[in-house]
Amino acid sequence: MKDVALKMLERVKALFESGEVARVVAWKKGDFCYDPSPAVFESVEELEKDFVYDWFCGANLSKYLIEVAKKEGKTAVFLKPCDTYSFNQLVKEHRIKRENVYVIAVECLGKLNIEKIKEKGVSLIESVEVVDKEVKVTSAYGVETLAKPDVLLTKCETCEKTHQVKDEEIIIHERPERDVDRFAEVVALENMTEDERFAFWREQLSKCIRCNACRNVCPACSCVKCVFDNPASGIAAKANDSEFEENMFHLIRAFHVAGRCTDCGECSRVCPQNIPLHLLNRKFIKDIDGLYGEYQAGETAEGKTPLTSYTEGDREPNDVFNGEAK
Amino acid sequence: MLKIAKERLNELYAKINESMGLYIPIKKAGEVNYHIWGEGKEVSLETLKTVKSPKNMFFPQSENMMKFKTEGKNLSVESMNFEKRPYVLFGVKACDYKAIEVLDKVFLAEPVDTFYQSRRESTTIVTLACSKPEESCFCKAFGIDATSPCGDVTTWLVGEELFWQANTEKGEALTALVKGLLVDSNAEAVETQKAATKVIIDKLPFSNLDLSRFTPENLNELFDAKEWAEMSEACLGCGTCTFVCPTCQCFDIRDFKTNEGVIRYRCWDSCMYSDFTLMAHGNSRTTQMQRFRQRFMHKLVYYPSQNDGLYSCVGCGRCVNKCPQSLNIVKVIKTLGGKEND
Repeated sequence: MKDVALKMLERVKALFESGEVARVVAWKKGDFCYDPSPAVFESVEELEKDFVYDWFCGANLSKYLIEVAKKEGKTAVFLKPCDTYSFNQLVKEHRIKRENVYVIAVECLGKLNIEKIKEKGVSLIESVEVVDKEVKVTSAYGVETLAKPDVLLTKCETCEKTHQVKDEEIIIHERPERDVDRFAEVVALENMTEDERFAFWREQLSKCIRCNACRNVCPACSCVKCVFDNPASGIAAKANDSEFEENMFHLIRAFHVAGRCTDCGECSRVCPQNIPLHLLNRKFIKDIDGLYGEYQAGETAEGKTPLTSYTEGDREPNDVFNGEAK
Repeated sequence: MLKIAKERLNELYAKINESMGLYIPIKKAGEVNYHIWGEGKEVSLETLKTVKSPKNMFFPQSENMMKFKTEGKNLSVESMNFEKRPYVLFGVKACDYKAIEVLDKVFLAEPVDTFYQSRRESTTIVTLACSKPEESCFCKAFGIDATSPCGDVTTWLVGEELFWQANTEKGEALTALVKGLLVDSNAEAVETQKAATKVIIDKLPFSNLDLSRFTPENLNELFDAKEWAEMSEACLGCGTCTFVCPTCQCFDIRDFKTNEGVIRYRCWDSCMYSDFTLMAHGNSRTTQMQRFRQRFMHKLVYYPSQNDGLYSCVGCGRCVNKCPQSLNIVKVIKTLGGKEND
C-alpha cells in the first residue's frame, strides 16, 4: 500500500507543478493509524505533510466534489473503484461538471473497519499491516493476526466494482478474483416470513438516532435542502414523532434514491448504530434488475435510467403487489 | 466494601427490578446502549462505551411535554405525566458520570427544568470503574479518575466479581435493598486493579492533552483562528457527534398533530444542523464552518467561561470513534491548543 501512496503523491505533485490542477481531494493522516479524514489539499507542502492512502481510506470522496469542484481551476480527486460510480452518477445528475475534475483512479483491495478490529478485543492499537489475507495488528499488548475478510468494511465484503471513470489510473496490485454474491443477504431477507422480516427491520431501525449521517454522506442524497431539514416543508423532523417514524424515514430515503443508488455502501459505513441500511437499497437494486433488466447506477455518466424512462414493455405496479417481481 | 459474584448479577438486577426500574447497558441488534432491563436481556457491563451515553435517562432524545386539544371553542392544555417510578441507572463510567454534572449545571440552574429534575431526583446512579480504557479515551485530560467514579454507589468489576461501595444516602438505601445478595470483602483486589488501570491511562495517547489555551481570555483569538475552515472542510453536517456526546444538551421544541390533538414535544437538536437556532430573520450561522466552530467553542470556551472553568467535554472519546469522517474534538484541541499538543 505504501508504494501506491507514494505513486499517488508523486503524480499529484506533478499535476500541481504543471499547473494543471489547483487542488486535490484526498485523505489526510489522523491521530492514529486508522482514522484518516477526507481533505482538500492546495499545495505540495500540505500534501507532503499530511497526505495518506492506506487500508482505512474507506470514505467516498466523490460527494465533496459538488462543492469543491465549483472553485476556480481544476480539482483533482482520487477515486476508488466504488467511488467512480458515485462520481458518474453525480455528473449524470448535473451536480458535478466533469470538465472541472481530474480523476485519478486508485487501486483498492478492500478497506478495513476499525470497529470490527476492536471488537476482536484488540485495544491500544499502534499499527496495522496487511499481508494477503491477513491483518497484523500491533498493539501495546503484542501482535494479533486477524483474517482480513472478518475485518473488512461491510461495503467491501461483496465488492465487485471496477473503475468506471479515469483520466489516469494508479494500479500496482491487481485485485484477486473473488466469488461474491452481493444479493445473498437480500435473498435471505426475502425468504423470511413477513413477520420475521418486519421484526428484523423493527429491531435494526429502532436503533436509529436520527443523526442523518447516512443521508449526509450519501452521494445520491444531493438535494440542496432536504425536506426533513426544511421547517417550511411541514414534515421537518429532528426526532421521531412516533416510534414507527424512523422506519418511515429510512424507507422514504431508500425510495428516493432508488435507481440512483450505486451501492457505494457509505450509509452502512457511517451509521453509528451499525444498522445495515445498504440492504434496503440493495433490495431496490435487485428488484430493478428483475423488473427492468440488469442495471448498475453510475456505470456511465449518460443514458436513460429504468425508473426515469418509459417503455411499453414496462412491468405494471400490480406485478410488484402480486409478488411476480421477485 | 461489599461484593457479589458476577454469575449472580442477574439476581441483583431482578431484585432491583422488583421495586425500581433498571436502566443498564444492554446489547440489542448488535449494539450496546442503555435500555430498561428485563428477564432475558443481554446485559453488557464489559462494554467500555455504549453508543449513546446514559444522558438519555434524564434528557430523553424525544419527550412529550404537553398536549393541546380543541373542542368547539374550548382549548384544553394537559401536561404530560412525569415519571414517578424510581430508577437505578447502572454501570455509568466516570466520564459519563462527570457529564451528568455538566448537564446538571444547565438543567438544574434557574429556571429549573422540571422534566430533567424529576428524573434526576428519582434516580440512583451506580457507577462502574474502568479497567480497560482504550486509545480514544482522554478523561484524564479533564481531571477525571476513571478508576474511582463517584455516584450513589461505585462498583468495580474484577475478574469474576463485582465490588460494591455505597457513597450517599441513596446509595445506602439501594445497598440495603440488595443486602442479601452482597457479602463483605476487603478492597485488595480493587486497589490492585486501580493501580494497574492507572498505568494504562497514563500511557494513553490523549491523556495529557494540554487545554490551557482554552480560556475566556483567548476567546476572540480562538474564534478567529483561520484553522476552522480547514478543520471543518470534511464535516458532513450530520448530528452523530452531538447525539453520541454525553454533554450535548441543546434541544428543539416542536408540535406534532395527532388524532388526539396537538402534542408539544422536545427533542435533541444539533448545532451541526442547518436549521439549528433558526429565527424569524434567518439563521445566525450560515456555513458548516460556523456550525462546526460553535460546537467546539461551546465545549471548550463558552461553557467553561460560565461554569467556573468546567469544560463541557469529559473525554469519553465517542466522537473520536463515531465521526464518519474522523473529525473530532481531539483534533481541534491539538490544532488550536498550542505546541504542547504537538
